Amino acid sequence: MDNKEDLKKVVDQALAEQKVPHVKLKKIGAQKADVDKLTQPSKETRQEYWGKGLTYSAILLIIILVASIIGFIAVHGLATFTQNHVNVWHFLSSTDWDPGEGKNHVGALAMIVTSFAVTLLAAIVATPFAISVALFMTEYSSKKGSRFLQSVIELLVGIPSVVYGFLGLSIIVPFIRSVFGGTGFGILSATLVLFVMVLPTITSLTVDALKAVPNHYRQASAALGATHWQTIYKVVLRVATPRILTAVIFGMARAFGEALAVQMVIGNAVLMPYNLVSPAATLTSQLTSQMGNTVMGTLPNNALWSLALLLLIMALFFNFLVRLIGRKGQK
Amino acid sequence: MTTIISSKDVHLSYGNFEALHGISMDFKQNELTALLGPSGCGKSTFLRCINRMNDDIANVKITGEIKFENQDIYSPKTDLVWLRKEVGMVFQQPTPFPFSVYNNIAYGLKLAGIKDKALIDQRVEESLKQAAIWREVKDDLNKNAQSFSGGQQQRICIARALAVHPKVVLLDEPTSALDPISSSEIEETLLNLKHEFTFIMVTHNLQQASRISDMTAFFMNGDLIEYGTTSDMFMKPQKQITSDYLNGRFG
Repeated sequence: MDNKEDLKKVVDQALAEQKVPHVKLKKIGAQKADVDKLTQPSKETRQEYWGKGLTYSAILLIIILVASIIGFIAVHGLATFTQNHVNVWHFLSSTDWDPGEGKNHVGALAMIVTSFAVTLLAAIVATPFAISVALFMTEYSSKKGSRFLQSVIELLVGIPSVVYGFLGLSIIVPFIRSVFGGTGFGILSATLVLFVMVLPTITSLTVDALKAVPNHYRQASAALGATHWQTIYKVVLRVATPRILTAVIFGMARAFGEALAVQMVIGNAVLMPYNLVSPAATLTSQLTSQMGNTVMGTLPNNALWSLALLLLIMALFFNFLVRLIGRKGQK
Repeated sequence: MTTIISSKDVHLSYGNFEALHGISMDFKQNELTALLGPSGCGKSTFLRCINRMNDDIANVKITGEIKFENQDIYSPKTDLVWLRKEVGMVFQQPTPFPFSVYNNIAYGLKLAGIKDKALIDQRVEESLKQAAIWREVKDDLNKNAQSFSGGQQQRICIARALAVHPKVVLLDEPTSALDPISSSEIEETLLNLKHEFTFIMVTHNLQQASRISDMTAFFMNGDLIEYGTTSDMFMKPQKQITSDYLNGRFG
C-alpha cells in the first residue's frame, strides 16, 4: 500500500511539473495552435518554400534574359528582310557587301565562306595535335608531366584573345608576308592564330574523353597480347570517338565565334577569298570592325544584326551537333 | 604430367610494402589450380605476375624467377606480346569491349596479324563453342557484346581469351561478380576445357575450388602456406591454419 501511495505521489508531481508549459500555453491561447500544429507549415517547410522560391525566380529571370537576347537579335536581324526588303536568298548567296549603298548590296556569302574556312582549317590543323597531346598526357606521360601540361593548357586558355591577336599581328602576319608575299593578312594567318586558341579547348576535352575510357578495357586488351599503341588506336580511341568529336565541335564553335584576334590578322576586306593569303573578313570580324560605324535602325546597322543572327543560329547548330553525337555515343 | 609454369622465390613489393614473400610453386599442364586465401593475401598479385600484368603499376619491384615452358618470363629479352598470347587472362568483372561479339572474339586474332576472314570466322565459332556461349549468341554476332547478361559477357570474355589459343589461362575471380546460375555455367565450361588448357584461378569461393580444381594453393599474408591436390587440401590439410580457413573458421 505504502509503495503504491508513493508511486502516486511521484506521478502526480511529474504531471504537475509537466503542466506548467501547458498552463502558459493556455494563457496565450495556444491550445488551438497545438491542435493545428500538423496543418501549419513548420520552420523547415517555410525554408523549403523560400529556397524553392529563390531558385525558381532566378531561373525565371535568366530565362527572360536569354529569351530577350534572342528576341532582340532576331527582331533586328530580321528587320533587314522585313523592313529593308533584302531578299534572304540574296543575303546568303551574294558576295556584294556594301549595305550603305542600298538593299541590293547586302550579300554575306564572302563572310560566311571565310568564317567556315578559318573554322574548318583551324580544327583540321589543331585536332591531330590536340589528340596527340591528350594521348601523351593520359597514356604515356608520368603524373607529374601530365599535371605540368595541364597547367600549360589552362594558361593557354586564360590568355585573352587580344593578346593572341597582337602576337599574330606582330609575328605571323610578317612571317606570312615574307614567305607568300602580299600583305600577310588573310585566312592563313587567322587559321594559325585560331589553331593556338582552339588547341587547348580541344585538348582538355579530349583528355576528359580519354580518361573516361574505363581502365579495364586497356587491361583486357593488354592481356590479349596488344601493345600499348595497338590498345590506343584499336580500343581507347575507338571508345572515345564520340566524345573526341564533341571536343572538336566545341573547338570549332570557339573558332567560329572568335572575333577580336581574327579581326586583327585577317585584313578585313569583305571579298570572296580566292586564296589563303589574301585579305578577307569573317562574320565576327566584320561585326567588330563595323559596329561603331552604323546608326541604329538604318540598313547598314540592321545588316550587321543579320550577321549576328547568323552567328546565333550557328551557335545553336553547334550545340545541336554536340547533343546529337552525345546521344549516338550512348547507344 | 609436365610442368608448364614454375615460380621460384618470387618477391613483389609496392614501394616499401612487400606483398609477396618468396612464392615457389609449379603448375602442371592441363590442370586447374585454385589459389585460395583471405582478401589481401597476395593471390591475385601472384596471378598477375604470371603474365606480367603488374608491370604497369608504378613502384612495383619483382625479384625471383617465373618460368613458362622453361623460359624466364622476367628476362629483359622476353616479348610481352608473345607471353600474353601464351598466357591469357580473364578478369573479375566481365570486360567485353563495346564492340560486336564477333569483333570482341576476333580482336586478339587481328592483333596477331591474322587477316584470313575464313580462319577468323572459324576461330570465332570454335572459341564461342568452347566457352559454351555459341548457342546463345550465334544469331547475334553483330550485336554489341555489352548488351548481354553478366554471365554471358563473362563467357564471351573467356571465348575471347581462348581464341588466340593460349596455353595457360589465368582467371582472376571469374565468377565473383555473377549470380549462382551463371557461375555454375562457367564452372562447367572450365571443367570441359581443362583437357585443352591449363587454368590457374583465383577464387574466394571454397566450394567452387573443391568442385572444379585439381590442385589447391592456400595463400596468407603474402606467403604460400600450403599447396597440394585439392582432395588432400580439403580432406587432410597439413597445417592447422589451412584447415581453419578451408572450414570457414576465418576469412
